[in-house]
Amino acid sequence: MPGAIYAEGLVKTFGDVRALDGVDLDVPEGTVLGLLGPNGAGKTTAVRCLTTLLRPDSGKAVVAGVDVLKHPDAVRRRVGLSGQFAAVDEYLTGRENLQMVGQLYQMRAKAAKVRAAELLEQFNLTEAADRPAKTYSGGMRRRLDLAAALVVSPPVMFMDEPTTGLDPRNRQQLWEVIKQLVSDGTTLLLTTQYLEEADHLAHDICVVDHGRVIARGTADQLKAQTGGERVEVVVHEREHIATASEVLRGFGKGETTVEEHTRKLTVPVTGGAKLLAEVIRELDGRGIEIDDIGLRRPTLDDVFLSLTGHVAEVKDEENGVAGDTRGRKPKKDPAKKDPATDPAKNETAQSETAQTEPAQSETAQTEATK
Amino acid sequence: MSAVNDSLVIARRNLIRMTRIPEMILFGLIQPIMFVVLFTYVFGGSMQIGNSANLDVYKNFLMAGIFAQTVTFATASSGAGIADDMHKGLIDRFRSLPMARGAVLTGRTVADLVQTALTLFVLAIVALIVGWRPGSVETTNFGKILGGFGLLLLLGYAFTWIGALIGLSVRTPEAATSGGLIWLFPVTFISNAFVDSSKMTPWLRHIAEWNPFSATVQACRKLFGDPGLSPSDAWPMQHPVWASLIYSILIIVVFRTLAVRKYRRATS
Repeated sequence: MPGAIYAEGLVKTFGDVRALDGVDLDVPEGTVLGLLGPNGAGKTTAVRCLTTLLRPDSGKAVVAGVDVLKHPDAVRRRVGLSGQFAAVDEYLTGRENLQMVGQLYQMRAKAAKVRAAELLEQFNLTEAADRPAKTYSGGMRRRLDLAAALVVSPPVMFMDEPTTGLDPRNRQQLWEVIKQLVSDGTTLLLTTQYLEEADHLAHDICVVDHGRVIARGTADQLKAQTGGERVEVVVHEREHIATASEVLRGFGKGETTVEEHTRKLTVPVTGGAKLLAEVIRELDGRGIEIDDIGLRRPTLDDVFLSLTGHVAEVKDEENGVAGDTRGRKPKKDPAKKDPATDPAKNETAQSETAQTEPAQSETAQTEATK
Repeated sequence: MSAVNDSLVIARRNLIRMTRIPEMILFGLIQPIMFVVLFTYVFGGSMQIGNSANLDVYKNFLMAGIFAQTVTFATASSGAGIADDMHKGLIDRFRSLPMARGAVLTGRTVADLVQTALTLFVLAIVALIVGWRPGSVETTNFGKILGGFGLLLLLGYAFTWIGALIGLSVRTPEAATSGGLIWLFPVTFISNAFVDSSKMTPWLRHIAEWNPFSATVQACRKLFGDPGLSPSDAWPMQHPVWASLIYSILIIVVFRTLAVRKYRRATS
């Protein structure tokens, strides 16, 4: 039996561009599928096809048991969509927005009013309920948008990059809301370019690139494909790199990679935490001062890179939390983070990063002192 | 049934928006009032209507033209509003809802109609203040005057559907504003609205006499009992009330069909 969201061979072309090039999806009821991919991978097109906003050139789609192409209106009654940009009328108040959406879902005016009040309460918007939405912060608008998608408690939800552009705190809040929703039994398809988000929220992940699904599985399955753990060391002094490299060679199961400008050494290992302790003792014994050391398992970043051959695009400079930062010490300088967490990017763009980095750190510092 | 409901919900939304941006209503009022004053006092003295160059005759002649021009100018704001909607995420929300397909456009045009009615009401008062006196030539009554305003609103409503189509066809709201205005100048000026069209060069005169806009102006003059009826033999000038009705309904049918079709295809 097909799942709550089912697609087979979806194709959509825009001129010469094959935005979707034969996408198959199957999301069992009550689960979350993360559609992960860079900008332009076809995520949004897939969501638009499944929510009746676009008609695919070919293929089949069934959502909440209804054929999307044959009965689009029946699908619309059963799905909620929260798009990439908060789809609210900014001159209307939060309450008016929700009432309007309720009425357009064919609720009676009174019922729509009651439901709007409930949702405002649930999404912590009661205080701002009677202010025009244009006075809302980005996070509040997203919450209002999500509330609008939930007016009829649809069994199937689509969220297209729900947290793009949100600061970390608002993102965290939205994640909680989404988790709550899923625990109530909603089936969710979520697109994201944040690997961390897919890892955190989705039961299954489909990696999309150039309109095709290039990998699917749970986050752990995908990570397992990419290889084992490794030790990463950041030494304090540049002249210690050579010695540290020698030490690591003794423990490693492969080649040690060195990034001169970040003073970071990475080596694949087996042996887990016990081995890590030994490495620390050895480095300490040689009098090498270390800034950071850790045992790293592959992140979805690595998965993504090994699958697509290119780094997930990180467009979102404002919040700088795009990559997978779990299991890492918080970095003091957010500007340094991206180059530092992407080994491959560093190899190819080392000189460029080396040049821009001092400038970035400087800005970050001036900002911090403000 | 749901089509009517949905349209009303959207119309309400647009009316709420208008009250939140009161300067839009204000500018919408200032412009026609300015036209009344400018035409009356700048052109009025040198205009000959029928055989009279009297300013009072021109005033009574002018008002139907200004009223008609005012209702058609709502086209531009209608188009701009729709273009604006189309470029915001909100349109995706509407399209993902189980609502009547044409409701977004119908709701907008209905809201614009309400605004046009309000503008027309204020304008009529201003017209009376500067000296418009219905019934100066032929006798009229309250019913006929209301009928005249009814035809004006119908024309205005018809033209907002042209605006809607323009709004759906352009890339930005700014383009919809200017694109929605440009064509209105020839349409409203190559007509009997501000001058006696029988004095135009023959080819221009024919255009003016068959211009749907002229039919409504002529109909209003007739119903209001105003001076300066075009003596032309052209059918719309001889039967202006019918011509005005037919033209407006025809415009609504054609442009509503085109606009709704365009709206459906706009993003798919």
